[in-house]
Amino acid sequence: MRPGSFLGQHILNSPLIRLLLQRLGISFIVLIGVSMLIFVIARVIPGDPARIALGPNAAPEQVASLRAAMHLDDPIVVQYGFFVLDVTRGDLGKSLYTNRPVTVDIVQFLPATLELVFAAGIIMVGLGLPLGILAARYHGRWPDNAVRIFALLTVSAPSFVWAVILMLLFAFYLPLFPIAGRISDIYEIDRVTGFMTIDTLIAGNLVAFQDAFSHLVLPAVALSLSGIGQAARLTRANMVETYEKPFIEMAQAYGFFPSRIARIYVFKPSLIPSLTIIGLDFAAMLGNAFLVEAVFAWPGLSRYGVAVILRKDLNAIMGTVLVIAITFLIVNILVDLLIAFLNPRIRYSTRVDA
Amino acid sequence: MTPLLAINSLTLAFKNLFQHTPVLHGISLSIAKGEKVALVGESGSGKSVTARIILGLLQETATAEIGGEVWFEGRDINAMRKAERAALRGTDMSMIFQDPTSSLNPTYTIRSQFVEVLRRRTADLSRGDCDERMISLLEEVRIPDPLRVLEAYPFQLSGGMNQRVMIAMALANRPKLLLADEPGTALDVSVQAQTLSLMHHLVDNHQTAVLFISHNLGVMREFADRVYVIYRGRIVEYGSTGSLFAGPLHPYTQALMAAVPRITGSGLPDLPEISDTFLAPPVSHGGTL
Ligand SMILES: Nc1ncnc2c1ncn2[C@@H]1O[C@H](COP(=O)(O)OP(=O)(O)O)[C@@H](O)[C@H]1O
Ligand SMILES: [Mg+2]
Repeated sequence: MRPGSFLGQHILNSPLIRLLLQRLGISFIVLIGVSMLIFVIARVIPGDPARIALGPNAAPEQVASLRAAMHLDDPIVVQYGFFVLDVTRGDLGKSLYTNRPVTVDIVQFLPATLELVFAAGIIMVGLGLPLGILAARYHGRWPDNAVRIFALLTVSAPSFVWAVILMLLFAFYLPLFPIAGRISDIYEIDRVTGFMTIDTLIAGNLVAFQDAFSHLVLPAVALSLSGIGQAARLTRANMVETYEKPFIEMAQAYGFFPSRIARIYVFKPSLIPSLTIIGLDFAAMLGNAFLVEAVFAWPGLSRYGVAVILRKDLNAIMGTVLVIAITFLIVNILVDLLIAFLNPRIRYSTRVDA
Repeated sequence: MTPLLAINSLTLAFKNLFQHTPVLHGISLSIAKGEKVALVGESGSGKSVTARIILGLLQETATAEIGGEVWFEGRDINAMRKAERAALRGTDMSMIFQDPTSSLNPTYTIRSQFVEVLRRRTADLSRGDCDERMISLLEEVRIPDPLRVLEAYPFQLSGGMNQRVMIAMALANRPKLLLADEPGTALDVSVQAQTLSLMHHLVDNHQTAVLFISHNLGVMREFADRVYVIYRGRIVEYGSTGSLFAGPLHPYTQALMAAVPRITGSGLPDLPEISDTFLAPPVSHGGTL
């Protein structure tokens, strides 16, 4: 066989594609489960949705006709069928809180949350992994202990506590960063992606970008802190284990540079088992973002979610939960694909020689 | 002629807060340029730690307490600075391990690991030059389709193929000393024999000196010029392979020989820790230590 065809063959019958299809299938099943759960919870909550929607002063006939329109008098299975049908058509109903379709609300608020969570995820990976590498390379020495103390500190308080602390320190006593919101009122930025940092760049307004960026720093750091600590500890633990492997002794025996050994030859095999957990941490930030957004008055989906929960705004609650579940699933699929991409054992399951 | 490697009264102990465990009790051993020397002893007798000291790896371990001298080309490795020791590894010295497949990184291709090895000697070797070198080196170890092997990950190759790759890497930078720590013990007996004779042939061609570590005297018989027998951190007998096999004098060596037919090397004798023969100076068949 020629070497060229050997390479091409692997790209064509890619196990990555097979993995993607499999994960999509699993996610679909999970999604059905989640939608049933949301639906049942929404129906179990006491109170007549039609009555809540129309308010206490509505006439009984009005309530009855809305009940019929909302299929509330049909058997629960039929109701679920209508619910699914609506969802697949992109119709999540109307929010009582904003008096707009829930999808419109979500399109408005979700990007702010995603921007915050992505920024926090980048900080988590960008700081957590290098700190873990550092600790493992010098394990048992002072950099290891310093990272250990830092990690313990970060996981010792939940993100919203860090949000308050950071706000007090770096926005109040030391006014380096703004206290609330995504951008100062003086800027009018056309909405393209909904990501303020990206939209300001698209608008070509660098000053506004700087302003949006500085608004993002504190909430993103607060949200990422415990994740940084966990990523660092996990990376360190897996790497210390990998350091005992014969292939690392081989790398040392051949005089590869210690920093290259750490960053390349120990890190990659250790990253593969860490990634699943880091992916879960990343997804968990979607939940933690609820409170961080509240502290920093960040106009995201989480704040919207809290507001609609307090108002028993059923459609909005269901929509929000559904969107968060979908985001969670997408993140998990991406992490699984990344793992498969990094792990040649998954990519190439065939042997080269007989 | 000064030997390539001369170990003088080498001692090693591992210490921690609670205890101090001596492992080597003053080993002396020498290897001439191009000579093939075997270090034989049961498992736990201190063979691998000796190799790790020669490579200058154990010197970086905080818990290891090392005494004595390890002269390599007229310089004492024990007295060197860290960077000087590191400079010898992968260039003038290299090593082959017990299990070739687990000694290669599972997440990188053979090519990228091999390139790293080549660049130890010539840091700015271009990709094209690397490829050319690697292909000729892999052909030297009789790998039929070198390009395919370069693209492969270690788990895609058989143990014997990985062992050939390891041998090619070990000899790539034309080291003066090759340390082979129970090479290929993890492989099938027949594959092991095949790769050993390949290695034998190549080190003869390149005039590479070899310290061959094994718990199996039988394997040494055809391979080594001289043999050192190590027992619990002491050299108990040494000499040319011929005379040692013809008339083993130390009871431990005699017992080792009795165990030879069993290729697994189990059933080794257990001498009492303190006996007349144990603390006596090593039995010599002539020549220097
Ligand atoms: N890093 C270490 N820390 C403590 N003890 C060690 C260490 N490495 C080896 N030893 C001990 O040194 C002795 C000799 O080990 P080794 O050289 O690996 O034996 P072998 O002859 O089988 O290669 C063993 O008793 C082993 O437990
Ligand atoms: Mg050993």
